[in-house]
Amino acid sequence: MKSALAASGMDEFADLNPDAYTMKFWEAAREHRLVIPECNKCGTFHMPPTGFCHECTSQDLKFTEVPGTGEIYTFTIARHAVIPMLQAVVPYVIAVIAIDGAPGVRMVGNMIDCDMEKLQIGDKVKVVFDDVNEEVTIPRFTLA
Amino acid sequence: MTVKDATAIVGIGRTPYFRRGQSLPLTKVEMACQAIIAACDDAGLSVKDIDGFAYYSGGFDSAWIAQVLGIPEVKFTASLTGGGGGASAAVGLASAGITSGDASVVVSLMTLQQTPDARLGAAFATKGKSAYSAPSTPQMDFVLPSGLFSPGQMMSQLARRHMHLYGTRREAFAEIAISQRDNAIKRSTARFQDPITLEDYFGARMISDPLCLFDYTQENDGAVAVITTSADRAKDLRKPPAYIMAATHGGAGRWGSAYQLMQMPDEYFASSGHREVAKRMYEAAGVTAADVDVALLYDHFSPMVLMQLEDYGFCGIGEGGDFIEAGNIRYGTGSIPVNTHGGNLSEAYVIGMTHVYEAVEQIRGEAVNQVENCQIALSTGGPASIPTSGLLLRR
Repeated sequence: MKSALAASGMDEFADLNPDAYTMKFWEAAREHRLVIPECNKCGTFHMPPTGFCHECTSQDLKFTEVPGTGEIYTFTIARHAVIPMLQAVVPYVIAVIAIDGAPGVRMVGNMIDCDMEKLQIGDKVKVVFDDVNEEVTIPRFTLA
Repeated sequence: MTVKDATAIVGIGRTPYFRRGQSLPLTKVEMACQAIIAACDDAGLSVKDIDGFAYYSGGFDSAWIAQVLGIPEVKFTASLTGGGGGASAAVGLASAGITSGDASVVVSLMTLQQTPDARLGAAFATKGKSAYSAPSTPQMDFVLPSGLFSPGQMMSQLARRHMHLYGTRREAFAEIAISQRDNAIKRSTARFQDPITLEDYFGARMISDPLCLFDYTQENDGAVAVITTSADRAKDLRKPPAYIMAATHGGAGRWGSAYQLMQMPDEYFASSGHREVAKRMYEAAGVTAADVDVALLYDHFSPMVLMQLEDYGFCGIGEGGDFIEAGNIRYGTGSIPVNTHGGNLSEAYVIGMTHVYEAVEQIRGEAVNQVENCQIALSTGGPASIPTSGLLLRR
């Protein structure tokens, strides 16, 4: 389903430029699964997906499905439209989410369907898969 | 690493500072050349003496400048990678070009012209005609679809985390904005001359919560150039040399792309990213924060001044808020005067070069808000993605 945020104009920014490493993330998102790269050698997670584990430099990596829950690590409320196209979109929340099941990994995502004025660091969240168009699904978050 | 005291900044020059877009019909290269000529005049050098260029943030077209100004021979032309974080270490790069024997008179400069389609506030927007916008990358696909487009929105994330961890208050950010405005008011070159009160600050509109209008740098046009030469040659020039004690750049590897991708390790997420640069800079110079007389800290956003005060050792990690609220950064009364020129927030924003300019004026004793007996000045570039940079100048 497409979110109200996307419908207000955020969907204009969902053009993706995936490479061999990030493609699997976006394919999984399209299937409404959240996957994070994990090192088969040392178990370290990383984001965004690259060809290497930053801990041990191994290229033996896999994508591990995580529960899709997490907590707000920090966030901002964008109240000013930095380009005119965003005037119908503001205010919106850009949060940094610590992802459960992938220690040390965070994702940048919008908090949607919640009272943005009451958000706090530490709030528990869950992923919402936003099908912004016929090809792209962007993970966003809402309160758990 | 720079060789201590082997080189000096001997000339500083600039254009007037304009409201954004108002420098037209000047071209960027015209502004650059005007700043270079002014810096040469200041030093007592001819532009024909210039034989090197050392930049940051993508650099500038040395070929065109050399042609326009008729520079006889270019012997060194190089730029640091990254963005504005390299500002203070462009001088270190100049110094490297001189101590290596490649060149003898090296220019570092920045020119900014924020026409309507080149506003830095939309630096990462993939649409909307911002000239600074690059197409998205596989990495930025994890950022841009969420509308995280501006440096201010990115720095807000670090600011809120700092507030959460340490109880830092907006009152501290306000004190940065207010104290720097007070410094700017005394300078005729500063673009903002109206005092700010605490009431003004808390009444200002929020741009990217928790940062309001006064936490943001301004949008303007202008160019600043500085000239570095060897210590030997510096002795015979017009103005007292500002010797380069140390200029360092870089950052912890996992600081990386920092606030763009937000994957910095927890222990230094809410920081300016300067800790390693600061440590190496002090070691190279053989001094500590206690020896610094004035701190010109890159202030694109007020919370980053606070975090640099911590990372450069003027107070403990997490103590920046209390330190600032206690009045420590005030010119004339504080323990470490900060941004005596008014900084990016109130004087002008030329991506860090105004801080180098002010550091030189302070060392020469010719600053408008002159720190008494100023022996050592600190100038910084960033917080940004790698590199950030720090520079120590001495009399």
